[in-house]
Amino acid sequence: MSSIDYTLHLADNALILGHRNSEWTGHGPILEQDIALSNIALDLIGQARYLYQYAARQTGKPEVTEDSLAFLRDAWDYRNCLLVEQANGDWGKTILRQFFFSAYQFFFYERLQHSTDNELAAIAEKSLKEVTYHLRWSSEWTIRLGDGTEESNRRMRAAMDQLWKFTGELFIPASYEKIAAAVDLSSIKPLWEERVSEVLLQARLEKPAAGWGQTGGKEGRHTEELGYLLAEMQFLQRAYPGNEW
Amino acid sequence: MVNTKEIWSLLEQVNDPEVPVLSVVDLGVIRDVRTRGDEIEVILTPTYSGCPAMDAIRMNIRMVLLQNGYKDIQLTTVLSPAWTTEWMSERGKEKLKVYGIAPPLPLQQVCTPGLFHREEAVACPHCGSYHTSLISEFGSTACKSLYRCEDCREPFDYFKCH
Repeated sequence: MSSIDYTLHLADNALILGHRNSEWTGHGPILEQDIALSNIALDLIGQARYLYQYAARQTGKPEVTEDSLAFLRDAWDYRNCLLVEQANGDWGKTILRQFFFSAYQFFFYERLQHSTDNELAAIAEKSLKEVTYHLRWSSEWTIRLGDGTEESNRRMRAAMDQLWKFTGELFIPASYEKIAAAVDLSSIKPLWEERVSEVLLQARLEKPAAGWGQTGGKEGRHTEELGYLLAEMQFLQRAYPGNEW
Repeated sequence: MVNTKEIWSLLEQVNDPEVPVLSVVDLGVIRDVRTRGDEIEVILTPTYSGCPAMDAIRMNIRMVLLQNGYKDIQLTTVLSPAWTTEWMSERGKEKLKVYGIAPPLPLQQVCTPGLFHREEAVACPHCGSYHTSLISEFGSTACKSLYRCEDCREPFDYFKCH
């Protein structure tokens, strides 16, 4: 058994990035990649559902459901890292955000599938197979764009400027991550670094030096981007409580 | 007393709504059927976490059992061990091919995060040629990728290994 906050943190990461990706549905640069990103969105939202269902059970309150956790909490209750809530920007920024997060989630789930919490371990084992595809897809696109045209390389460098400062937070444990069932973040950081270095080198993108990073998302202190996302995602349940398809 | 064999044969009638030639038994998502007196418990596992067909599948299982007079039905979802295309029946793979979808190959090293993996040798379900190429790893549903046959020039879905 682990803490509800830990489960919510994992669920929020998956839901928020899944929602961001779903904003591309119908707007992708070409049909095949629109479908690819929509599939990744579906995987992440599906993973989020299992995690919210588990978090709801952990509360022991029948009125708490996966839906109430997703649609009725405000920004300060969300425990996602800042990286996943960042606005889509252009295709390059969306790709780089996915790559940074998939590289993290891949090594994270690899560890979590051996967690002492059996529920989280099962969700991780299931999700890892999906994230393997996400990581390969986003790595290849990072290389394709970084090592593409002058224009695509320029956009990837701009995306790096906007996103790199949010990557440090991934490896700084919040208070609820210091439990036995949690993944030891210091053990996956070198694996993430290695993967990112390898891909950025092939993409002809310079890896920024370690420096100041923005943190706070895991503790509920978010960038303004999250508020806009929630306003859209939660509108229907706020305006028409309990409404169903 | 409930006859487990009969439940399994009823489950053969429940098809995957997105790949309607496959029953849920062919697909390998039914892990077990347990009975206690008149109570039936169907243990199932999802293909992909976000597969929208799973909700429809659960509803259809319940409908078929209700239509056949079973009332005490419980559907339990398990995630571990995670579903794999290795669990698809041989009959299911045959049916997929006839339907125009290339069936999954045995699990290979492609299910790794390695970059620009060597493409799998997937046979075209229309003409049988192996002279095919990958268009996109993500197809019309999470479980499929999109290929093209370089001989008969037809595009086709490949039920990717997972």
